[in-house]
Amino acid sequence: MVFEQPENQPVETVNKKSPWGRAGIWIVLLALLALLGAALLRSQSGPVAIGQAAPDFTLTTYDGEQYQLSDLEGKVVVLNFWASWCKPCEQEAADLESAWRFYQPRQDVVFLGVDWTDTEKKGLEYLEKFGITYPNGPDLGTRISQAYRITGVPETYIIDRTGILVSRKLSPFLSLEEIQNAVDPLLAE
Amino acid sequence: MLANLGFGVLLITLLISFYGIVAAFLGARKNDSRWIESARLSMLLTFPLITISSVILIYLLVSGRYEHEFVQSVTSSAMPVYLRDTALWGGQSGSLLFWSWLLAGFATAVTLRKWDRDREFLPWVIVVSLVTLAFFLILVVFFENPFNRFWRLPCGDITAAMLQPVGSTLFTARDGSGLNPLLRHPGMIIHPPMLYLGFVSFVIPFAFAIAALITGRTDDRWIRITRRWTLVAWLFLSLGLLLGGRWAYDVLGWGGYWGWDPVEIAAFMPWLTGTAFLHSVMIQEKRGMLKRWNMVLIILTYSLVIFGTFLTRSGVLSSVHAFAQSAIGPLFFAFIGFTFIVSLSLLLGRWEDLKAEGEMSSLLSREALFLLNNLLFMGILVVCFWGVIFPLISEIVTGQKVTVGPPFYERATAPLFAGLLLLMGIAPLAAWRHSTFKTLGRAAWKPALLSIVVPVFAFIRGINQPAALLGFWLAAFVAFVTLHEFWRAALARRRRAKENLATALWRLAGRNRRRYGGYIIHLGVVLMAIGIIGIELFQTETQGTLAQGDSLTLGDYTISFQSLAVFDSDDGRNVARAVIGVSDERGYLGDLYPRRDFYYDSQQPMTIPGVRSTWEEDLYVLLVDWQPVSANSATFKIYHNPLVNWLWLGGFVFILGTLVAAWPEREQITIPSRKAETSLAAAEA
Amino acid sequence: MNRIRMNLQIPLGVPGTIIRSLVFILILLLAFTSIRTVSAQEVNPDPPSDDEVNAIAKELYCPVCENTPLDVCPTQACEEWRQLIYDKLALGWDEEQIKSYFSEQYGDRVLAAPPARGLNLLVYIIPPLLFAGGVVILYRAFVSWRKSSPDVEPPEESRLQDDEYIRRLEDELREF
Repeated sequence: MVFEQPENQPVETVNKKSPWGRAGIWIVLLALLALLGAALLRSQSGPVAIGQAAPDFTLTTYDGEQYQLSDLEGKVVVLNFWASWCKPCEQEAADLESAWRFYQPRQDVVFLGVDWTDTEKKGLEYLEKFGITYPNGPDLGTRISQAYRITGVPETYIIDRTGILVSRKLSPFLSLEEIQNAVDPLLAE
Repeated sequence: MLANLGFGVLLITLLISFYGIVAAFLGARKNDSRWIESARLSMLLTFPLITISSVILIYLLVSGRYEHEFVQSVTSSAMPVYLRDTALWGGQSGSLLFWSWLLAGFATAVTLRKWDRDREFLPWVIVVSLVTLAFFLILVVFFENPFNRFWRLPCGDITAAMLQPVGSTLFTARDGSGLNPLLRHPGMIIHPPMLYLGFVSFVIPFAFAIAALITGRTDDRWIRITRRWTLVAWLFLSLGLLLGGRWAYDVLGWGGYWGWDPVEIAAFMPWLTGTAFLHSVMIQEKRGMLKRWNMVLIILTYSLVIFGTFLTRSGVLSSVHAFAQSAIGPLFFAFIGFTFIVSLSLLLGRWEDLKAEGEMSSLLSREALFLLNNLLFMGILVVCFWGVIFPLISEIVTGQKVTVGPPFYERATAPLFAGLLLLMGIAPLAAWRHSTFKTLGRAAWKPALLSIVVPVFAFIRGINQPAALLGFWLAAFVAFVTLHEFWRAALARRRRAKENLATALWRLAGRNRRRYGGYIIHLGVVLMAIGIIGIELFQTETQGTLAQGDSLTLGDYTISFQSLAVFDSDDGRNVARAVIGVSDERGYLGDLYPRRDFYYDSQQPMTIPGVRSTWEEDLYVLLVDWQPVSANSATFKIYHNPLVNWLWLGGFVFILGTLVAAWPEREQITIPSRKAETSLAAAEA
Repeated sequence: MNRIRMNLQIPLGVPGTIIRSLVFILILLLAFTSIRTVSAQEVNPDPPSDDEVNAIAKELYCPVCENTPLDVCPTQACEEWRQLIYDKLALGWDEEQIKSYFSEQYGDRVLAAPPARGLNLLVYIIPPLLFAGGVVILYRAFVSWRKSSPDVEPPEESRLQDDEYIRRLEDELREF
């Protein structure tokens, strides 16, 4: 493309190369490549990695209570993503509730259910159907699920007392024992 | 055994490609024709070799050899043979092999041409083609291997690999998962190959452009050589896009033909720059100007092709179109980076040599209007590009996903498209080098006035949307101007050569294919514009649940639910088929059969509409839902799509025009170009 | 500024009074129509039709599936969201309220275009900016081209003849 012609040039147009123009084009190109690289990394990385600090969030339950992850330090947190329209979620619903009742007397294990992209009516129906008593709330604005970069439901993230993500289960739990095997090692700390 | 042969051949082809790159490079550097000839031979070898691999894979697909992972994932026993054949491009690995096959084919075809006048281009064209081919072969051989087989490991797990793991046995699946039902429609069968043909064939003009940059032959020789290639590439791309739209309309069940989905846009962007390129090369040929800009355009077109392929296949964008995520993403990223950086460096290196020979003096000359056309195309490109990458930016910067959808694209591009329509009418009236308001005005006022009749007529019929009236007026204006061009020239021929009108028109198109083919393409665009205005601005819809015997009304039409049958077909589908009676105020018009197919093998449903098509409109009926047990009540959705069949007619005319423009001309003696590097006044290619 | 003030001078006397009253009535009317009547959340006696649900669903995207508008998405989850729209419509909510409810519940990605705030403003600003940049570049290119070759344009008087001549020449050349 043609750049600005200096005033005192002879009749023939001389296109002077502007160093700013060249640098500009390179910067734009490299920025684009950086963006694509970052997007690629993000898409390849999948959910939040084990060993990292679990992203903080605030969950407001259907009963109106608020839970902040950072306030739950010192306790083991079992964070379960589910939805009423999700058939595989139903497979683990009973086991999760049994696990909750098993750990409830100890007072240092917290089960939190995040209702992902669901409607309140159907969500509450689901909770009632499986008799779930641990706190459950909608994922407002899908902020929590985006922070954890979940790839679907059901997924469960188990966070230890120091707030580090220790394990994740990207499919339904198959039995109560499986849940206990995931939680028990963390209670010893 | 066959799989081993197929894989082995690909490996050999990859090695030959590497050799060819080195040989061509050496031959160019040392100016040694033996190396170049050797490179040329390696290029020619790649096509038959890849053909062997592809034929083997097709055989495996057709004969249902489910021990192969790819075969198992895209075919099933319930699928008919012709569909099993086309399943070649139904999955990532097969389609990458198919892509390589097409690429080798085109590169070989170009290598077989006469190179006497352009020996210096040959090695570099070979280098670019083989580098691209090698990249795709690396993807196939090392990452997405269609010849992988299933092995049962000693511990009982099943894995897929090329070479047999220790202690394992070959495992044959009982049946395949079958092709995605959406891909089983006739339109869907040729839509991907057309698109791939379009994408792949843009490598050739790109290779010549790079060769021109490297060798310093910055005149328009490279454009003249690749003129027909570019047109053919553009033809396939246009055809692929049109077929995609038609297919979406026929089977996707939302009464539309273009959803502004990121992957659709990724295929549309190279088309935009390709069209801009086709126009602006005419300026370079006529006036020796815009050499840099043409280089930029062809590099941009090819880069957008690779960029679009990256977006679709790397998992960066999730879309209904995208392939599943895989490991090829990072490799594609590296290839894009390499392509962009090398192209930009070469272009900036040769910047001074690409100085223009002529000057543009008149703002209303045809060159200037072509430049304006380019500006508008680039404007649309910017809107599309930004809309596609912004969600990526948003997700990385804020962590929140956003959707950039049709409201953004439609509002932003509508005025630009309208501007292009206007230019299509004005540019033929402008002269090269010089035009003024007066001359243009004198040429334009008659068609402008005549075409006002159309919106007035529409207004009388009850259409009062200003956008629609403006659109119809522009379409009519362009139609009048273009038809007048034909008319005038044909009349002149008739006078001189005493031919009748039909012969005159025929000979006209034969003599100057590019111009008159181009005008036919413009007429096709006009028809498409009419169809688009109809369906975009005047579509109406309604939905309702009907018991048997009830009716639903939309506008002048009434549909009545007569019956519903649910049964299993013999190719693995569960079909729910409704019988609908259509009538309007004149009376009963006929029956329609909207249905819902559920494919057992892939567990996916498909909604096929019942459509009544006329030139005025389509009545498009969908079976949305029904009571499974009683089959007594069902929910229907009706779309009324005015003028939509003009869109398909226009597409047909469009392709016809492109064929006219691309058809080889008889050898003609022409005046040597301005800068005659060779002293030969030989026939043009 | 003076010219403007003069044009707005309302004449005195009876015509002036009439005009003044009309203006006053006009202002009143404008004021009334611009007050948005806040409707009470009464239950709509007629159940919302499928078309009303679809009209809103058309403008929303499925929060789960990619790039699928809510009115055509066949999944069960989407069925429930359409039911949600139905329920809200029955409660008397209007389109704006339902859309902002959805974006609050499910994030901005359910909207067909990003809401114009924060980073998203860039979506709407960049393309016109770049287009304007293109216009500027083109314009400057033209100016520099014309500056460097001012004698290409033929003199005014003979332009008429020239164009006719050029046209005829083109016609003749086309015959070849």
